[in-house]
Amino acid sequence: MRFYQLLPRLLELKGSQVTIEHVSKKFGDYTALDNINITIQPGEFFSLLGPSGCGKTTLLRIIAGFEFPDDGAVLFDNTNVIPFPPDKRHSNTVFQTYALFPHLTVYENVAFPLRLKKLDKKIIDEKVRYYIHLVQLDEHINKKPNQLSGGQKQRVAIARALINEPKVLLLDEPLSALDAKLRANLLIDLDNLHDKIGITFIYVTHDQSEALSVSDHIAVMNAGHVLQIGTPFEIYESPATQFVAQFIGETNLFEAQVVDCVPHEANGKPPDYMVTLSVPGLGKQAPLASDTEATLNLDRYMQVTDYVHTSKDQKVAFAVRPEKIRITKDPPETGGRTDINVFSGIVEEPVYSGFQSKFYVRLETGALIKVFKQHTDYLDNGPVIQWKDTVYISWSADDGYIVEDIEK
Amino acid sequence: MKNEDVKPPAASYKSQRINQGALYSWPMGVWFIIFFIAPIVIITIYSFLKKGLYGGVEPIFSFRAYEQMSNPKYGILVIRTLRIAVISTLITILLALPCGYAMARSKNQTLLLFLVIIPFWTNSLIRIFAWMSILNNDGILNQILLSLHITKNYIQFLYNQGTVILVSIYMYLPYAILPIFTSIDKFDFSLLEAARDLGANKPQSMFKVLIPGIKSGIITAVIFTFIPVFGAYTVPLLVGGKDSYMLGNIIVDEVQKTRNWPLAAAFSMVITLASIIGILWISRANTSDAKMKAVSTKEENYVTEAQK
Repeated sequence: MRFYQLLPRLLELKGSQVTIEHVSKKFGDYTALDNINITIQPGEFFSLLGPSGCGKTTLLRIIAGFEFPDDGAVLFDNTNVIPFPPDKRHSNTVFQTYALFPHLTVYENVAFPLRLKKLDKKIIDEKVRYYIHLVQLDEHINKKPNQLSGGQKQRVAIARALINEPKVLLLDEPLSALDAKLRANLLIDLDNLHDKIGITFIYVTHDQSEALSVSDHIAVMNAGHVLQIGTPFEIYESPATQFVAQFIGETNLFEAQVVDCVPHEANGKPPDYMVTLSVPGLGKQAPLASDTEATLNLDRYMQVTDYVHTSKDQKVAFAVRPEKIRITKDPPETGGRTDINVFSGIVEEPVYSGFQSKFYVRLETGALIKVFKQHTDYLDNGPVIQWKDTVYISWSADDGYIVEDIEK
Repeated sequence: MKNEDVKPPAASYKSQRINQGALYSWPMGVWFIIFFIAPIVIITIYSFLKKGLYGGVEPIFSFRAYEQMSNPKYGILVIRTLRIAVISTLITILLALPCGYAMARSKNQTLLLFLVIIPFWTNSLIRIFAWMSILNNDGILNQILLSLHITKNYIQFLYNQGTVILVSIYMYLPYAILPIFTSIDKFDFSLLEAARDLGANKPQSMFKVLIPGIKSGIITAVIFTFIPVFGAYTVPLLVGGKDSYMLGNIIVDEVQKTRNWPLAAAFSMVITLASIIGILWISRANTSDAKMKAVSTKEENYVTEAQK
């Protein structure tokens, strides 16, 4: 039985709204955080995502009270908590290294916060046993932390952090020390725990797939800045910057120049504009299956739809996700559509990984394009596309994405 | 021969290793026997013999030395020695804890460590004489007090129990700081943050998490201070007075003046016993500490556990 299944009778806890206002922090000359503004709704599962050194852990430590910002405020439900030490804030932390007290047993570790409050022994005992039961560690109740496995230690840490009934639970890469399978399971448990108890979770991670799979909102950070705040869907499908596009998932990113931008008349609903791009990195297009000698126009430009108008000659970053590219051995059928972009290249590196294959396709221009092909059909004789095959890669105008303007 | 071929290679390798280990360790064994075991055996035997007329012993078995030791005048001496040792140790540890903490958290760790070790470069006798020149009737301290008109007459600082305790603390403070520093240096400070996070204020996090975490270092420091002070001879001899005559002094007196060697040996046994108990206590604390830090290699199969 998973531990969250015990939760229904649990706790009328309420999460706090957490507002981070103009928070800046410097370590010597190094700027760890530069004017961070984030609003986290009560009861939200919010992730701070970024590479190591991006400032996400510093921000979490500021929220917990272990660090003080040089400037700015952190509000829990409109109360500035910066003047309060960690023990006076309604937040508890699950540490990356678990930080269980090695001289205390599981029971004593979980009882630690309540014993500090000098509660009645009976009440402490009842609560501690309840929370240990919650994380399914009843049989380990009298063990010391060194007798537990990584996953068990993590569950003790969660029980210990929850027993104070905080309004905000801060999780500092809580799963990074565990192996992949265990990580996936604990992540689901955490998500379900969050759904059941309804307090605000702030989750720090460098693992984009963890963040995408459980978060309500994600803040992508790099070098002390928040680059984008949005739902997992928004962050993945419409990354705000080139960094976000490359950090979240995999992508093919190119510099391009706008040749033309006209209203998109075809469907009458957003996206509103059809942008024509010249992408030097991709070179000339390949012929379509429907092309005859009369209609053949290999100089035609790349097309992409967009929600906003971009002026002519503007340099932009253009991205297309590997899984949105079709890969075929023959020129693709377009079914009469005119907004299909086709290029031809040679498979330099096919990587078969069971449920999908990755292909690295080298174009004539020297550009290397990543293409993911999901194996939806049974492969009788192994993958159809092999090493050194000449292939056609294609995507429609809707699948490409203009990330941002490049200043030049 | 066939038999040799049958023998598993691992076993022969193992037996070879054991032989080699014994071979290599004999100089250490000899060292231990000559300088550690033999003296203790000799003292033990002496303490059960009859005292010779002009010193030395006669080879006749006797409990006389231990009977003499139960004389109340010696009892007072043992209690006094204990008192001085306990007070010195207590104050030393209380001083060493903040010192060790400051060193472990300082950026100039090497420099501070160096400063703690420097006194070892000077002979301990010279350091005691340095204290005497400070505390003397016309010493530095008295001169300062007189020139500032705080006192009108010399104050007798030397030759009392307080001075013995003061100088003992000075002598053994580095021995206490070093093990405490080492264990604080190894201490995982995220535990203190966790304690603060869970609602402990600063003193609570220190007493409930830091102190238990560095317990083995504190025990080592206690023993390193207590044992030498308990067996001290030079410090009470040079800076002590009548009220600070300790076990170490009586042993010397029994050997040199009263020439009651069995009694001296019996008193030595008391000090040796105290040391052995202390060393056993340290090693027990260290093993339990090592156990606590050992990482369990057990793999948890959470997937199957979850599906049960």
